[in-house]
Amino acid sequence: MAVRIEIGFREGIRDALGEKIRRRIVQHLHIPVDDVRTVEVYTIDGSLAEEDLAAAARGPLSDPVSQRYSVGIPIASGFDWLVEVGFRPGVTDNVGKTAREAINLLLGNKAPPALDVYTSRQYLLRGPLGRAEAEYITVNLLANELIERCAIVEGATWNRQIAPYIPRVIGEGEPKTQEIDLDVDDATLLKISSERVLALNLAEMTSLRDYLRDKSVLNARAKVGLGRRITDAELECLAQTWSEHCKHKIFNSRIVYEKERGRRAVIDSLFNTFIRGSTQEIRRRMGERDWCLSVFSDNAGIIKFNDDYNLVFKVETHNSPSALDPYGGALTGIVGVNRDPFGTGLGAKLIFNTDVFCFAPPTYDRQLPKRILHPRRIYEGVREGVEHGGNKSGIPTVNGCIVFDERYLGKPLVYCGTGGIMPARIGGVPTHRKVIVPGDLVVMCGGRIGKDGIHGATFSSEELHEGSPVTAVQIGDPITQKKMTDFLLGARDRELYRCITDNGAGGLSSSVGETARLSGGCEIDLKQAPLKYAGLDPWEILISESQERMTLAVPPEKAESFFSLARKMDVEATAIGRYTDSGWFHVRYGEKTVAYLGMNFLHEGLPRMELEARWKPPRLIETPLPEPADMGEALVAMLGRLNICSKESIVRQYDHEVQGGSVVKPLVGAANDGPSDAAVIRPLLDSFEGVIVANGICPRYGDIDTYHMAACAIDEAVRNTIAVGGRLGRIAGLDNFCWCDPVQSEKTPDGRYKLAQLVRANQALYDVTKAYGVPCISGKDSMKNDYHIGDTKISIPPTLLFSTLGTMEDVRRAVTMDAKTAGHLVYVLGMTYDELGGSEWYALHGTIGRRVPRVRVAAARKLYRALGRAMERGILASCHDCSDGGLGVAIAETAFAGGLGLSVNLSSVPAVGIDRDDTLLFSESQSRFVVTIDPADRNRFELIMKGCTHARIGEVLPEGRLRVMGRKGDAIIDEDIGRLKKAWQQPLDF
Amino acid sequence: MKTPIKAIVITGYGTNCEMEMAHACRLAGFDRVDIVHMSDLVEGEKRLDDYDFLNLPGGFLDGDDLGAASAGANRILHVRVKETAERLFDQLRRFIARGGLILGVCNGFQLLVKLGILPLFDGNYGSRDVTLTFNDSGRFEDRWAYLKAEAASPCIFTRSMAGLYLPVRHGEGKFIAKDEKTLERLRRDGHIALQYSHEDYGGATMDYPANPNGSVAGIAGICDSTGRIFGLMPHPEAYLHYTNHPRWSREKLPEEGMGLLIFKNAASFLRNPG
Repeated sequence: MAVRIEIGFREGIRDALGEKIRRRIVQHLHIPVDDVRTVEVYTIDGSLAEEDLAAAARGPLSDPVSQRYSVGIPIASGFDWLVEVGFRPGVTDNVGKTAREAINLLLGNKAPPALDVYTSRQYLLRGPLGRAEAEYITVNLLANELIERCAIVEGATWNRQIAPYIPRVIGEGEPKTQEIDLDVDDATLLKISSERVLALNLAEMTSLRDYLRDKSVLNARAKVGLGRRITDAELECLAQTWSEHCKHKIFNSRIVYEKERGRRAVIDSLFNTFIRGSTQEIRRRMGERDWCLSVFSDNAGIIKFNDDYNLVFKVETHNSPSALDPYGGALTGIVGVNRDPFGTGLGAKLIFNTDVFCFAPPTYDRQLPKRILHPRRIYEGVREGVEHGGNKSGIPTVNGCIVFDERYLGKPLVYCGTGGIMPARIGGVPTHRKVIVPGDLVVMCGGRIGKDGIHGATFSSEELHEGSPVTAVQIGDPITQKKMTDFLLGARDRELYRCITDNGAGGLSSSVGETARLSGGCEIDLKQAPLKYAGLDPWEILISESQERMTLAVPPEKAESFFSLARKMDVEATAIGRYTDSGWFHVRYGEKTVAYLGMNFLHEGLPRMELEARWKPPRLIETPLPEPADMGEALVAMLGRLNICSKESIVRQYDHEVQGGSVVKPLVGAANDGPSDAAVIRPLLDSFEGVIVANGICPRYGDIDTYHMAACAIDEAVRNTIAVGGRLGRIAGLDNFCWCDPVQSEKTPDGRYKLAQLVRANQALYDVTKAYGVPCISGKDSMKNDYHIGDTKISIPPTLLFSTLGTMEDVRRAVTMDAKTAGHLVYVLGMTYDELGGSEWYALHGTIGRRVPRVRVAAARKLYRALGRAMERGILASCHDCSDGGLGVAIAETAFAGGLGLSVNLSSVPAVGIDRDDTLLFSESQSRFVVTIDPADRNRFELIMKGCTHARIGEVLPEGRLRVMGRKGDAIIDEDIGRLKKAWQQPLDF
Repeated sequence: MKTPIKAIVITGYGTNCEMEMAHACRLAGFDRVDIVHMSDLVEGEKRLDDYDFLNLPGGFLDGDDLGAASAGANRILHVRVKETAERLFDQLRRFIARGGLILGVCNGFQLLVKLGILPLFDGNYGSRDVTLTFNDSGRFEDRWAYLKAEAASPCIFTRSMAGLYLPVRHGEGKFIAKDEKTLERLRRDGHIALQYSHEDYGGATMDYPANPNGSVAGIAGICDSTGRIFGLMPHPEAYLHYTNHPRWSREKLPEEGMGLLIFKNAASFLRNPG
């Protein structure tokens, strides 16, 4: 019999969560509410004696100083509306799980054999609200009906009872395996694909049909008891393995690309031609000095840090789940990408996270399309998910950024990146290689398998539609993962396993299927895999994406030590089979074979896509805007733009200092609140060698030409790295493409253009990374970021995030962006062109323009090298790159971050073809910096900069004013830096 | 002079500052520093009895799911060391009785409070007189704070310091006492070792964000009556070198970070007790 334990705050103790909820109801939903209080509810399902229930309530479940508890009797009183929100069956309940473990520990021998604890939370609202308003608040703020259930009770008519509700998953009958006849016509094949959410096209379905007509295949199948029909486990496994998400079909396709004036070219794989192509050439050029160790082949890229350590880096997206459940989606995104470097090579210790979000503006105030959550909710949910995922895992979130654009309304982009460090060798064996020997045990470790995350990989390969599966949404559990990573790092250092990989998209089918390539096959028994609850069919166990799981190859002679360490450290690990060299991916459920696929067919049988791309530059005109009458007000308006303003409120909620190696923090300057360009950390506390993490992203430029969008994103990440003290030749890159569907079809009539946009972005990636010598070491693509329900279609703007991992020999040489001392000289480095196309300045005026910023790689490379030399000599007092908002924003930030004024003369700024002050101030030309130096260093500095575009444009002032003199010698800006800073800080300060 | 002096840093179940805390102990001159997983204590493979200085680092024990460090405290209170009748809590009491030093930082401070080891009035183990609850802001915050050290406190960790500048990184760091009487006693007996202040290390402050969480009397850290058990919300192990300081690129700072002093005080107390 289930009993409810309720916990509330004592009289006089502040309910900070309740207050926060109240503020959000008032400020965001515009409903007057007087008071919100919260009550935590634990529903205990298990036979516990009364005194044991009381002990649990008193002990671990409540705090005697701040809280009071009640067993079986509701605590609520004096409310107008009570809203209770709990999970739906099968949704991960982390708190419930912890409570169950705590009660078991508390009761020891007295603990009941079967105990379950489910949590829910009550919100007690007081205020002049009707039922409609209470429901509105519930649906729009308190609960996500996709994963949560809620009860709404009116205070006036309440009978002082709430019956316990148990969200238990009821298993449905015996696990079964279905067989599907694929010897059918094309239309039926397509129907099977769509009904089962397989996301396989006709060519792919046809190749399955052909495979099952092959005599030798049928003979082999007969021996394990399978016939000519495909099993559901096989079909689902193939759909996962062949998904866009796992196989990057578009990036590997053969593309006929039609350029302007009908000229045609054939591109044999974008990935091989441009991404891998550039990396290969750079590595060849580096020769002996090549510091890339493992690129594109493992879960993350690996480079050398020094002789004894390697660095690992990966960035992933988790867009579709974050659209449906921002908190769970983002939390799963961050703990999911953590497992990538963790499952790379022999496994890496995680040392930083970096996150980039693309949202619609939180101020969005029009009617929302169906099934779309308000951008503010997405913003808050994603922020919180990443907070919990990062902070609780003990990994510093060292930097990131947010891009706002209304076209992210249908699908927000949630990029999560994680870096790691690993010893270069363990037991004399290089850690960056992966080896498995036939006979090694297949071991699953960490969390259990449930129905959560089924079809995640295929789902993310589809647009968001009405029938998007609820099971694709899940909630990560950072503590289960932390326990597992503690254990596995110990097992790694004791050499108890041979190979490790993560269970992400596609679950076991992918982790075992992929690693089995190393030995040449496997045989596993799904019945051995631990489940969260009964009732899963074999195919579900095979492809479930339940979180916090790693797959390992454990040599049989190490098994005993491995499992005993796992038991000791409270981590579940189970052998589910063996790696073989049979050439077959063999999956049983008990004795019965449920899947038997040739390894070669599974991994190489996928037919190649043939696609068409047609580039036609958009017809854009650029009509000059009237020059603003008050340039100071123009600057204030720019500083308050969402894409420019301070993100401090978010940054502070992420722990950016854990692990003790923080050197350049996301917030720097006189008052610890200026925007730093890149993060610098020191992963080894007894060394001054540093790691630099930076990102570049500028989707707006893609409205004009994605070639320049991609070039600028790469330049941005590289110049941010240079700005804090990095240097060319020591920077590795990661490309992360988020596109709208670029495959021409009825649904996507402009697919050829979107694919041409992708081609152009890749061409730029090739050109710029090669010119800068920045090899890509890993990457990712997410190609179906569209929303399509009814007549409404929203596609994201093509978006490339370019992330970089740089190294520096001595972090004590790092430079921050804030002006340091009055009297220092201000320089601008790099040429300013008339390039307002796609700029924030034009966006402020509702226009796009045509002259998009271009990256001039030769000049930039020269400048970056010179700047690096100046930094090595310790000449720079401050260095800030010019990005969104151009020179105007950069000088303002340099000034107010330093708590000092700046005087700048625009007539000294090196420029080409500009005859207006606003263009000089807000052009977003690339590869530029604003730097300050001590006047004593002037000669040395100018000598180093010789041959690079640079000019002294002013000096740092003791008084806090930004004074800008226009081209004609008139004072066009004279603003208090406090006012500028406030304008910059205010928009997202909630 | 005692030698060797040995430090233990406990980890596991969501702890995540063990590496820098161990580093701090090494820099402070401890002869031996071991990072020990909780399961090693439960298995009886390691014992607190073999150490002089117990470090409880920051993190999120069991995700702080039942309130900060609550489930973690529950484990220490009830889990029994394998093949003995002893609870980990008994071992901990023995460690304290033997005169060992304990430093709890952030989640480690929350743990000490929830175990009823701080403030430890009248040697009454397990008594709950104070707690750490949700920040007034309702959110986790990472920001640096000025801390005024109380000269009159017996706290051996904060000896001969006027103040500290350290980061806080928590969502549940608001210190409250059970009642006014408890607060008075904390004051009177010198339990209050560190208080949030302004840059001048003047009086305790309630101004946000100088006081980042709304702690009563600006309390950031307290000790027991002997001064040997100390818990604080700010992170001394996060400021061991000047490059950790948020303004190191603009201020002239000594090589050693301020946080290291806490660990050096512990080492020097153990070397020369009294």
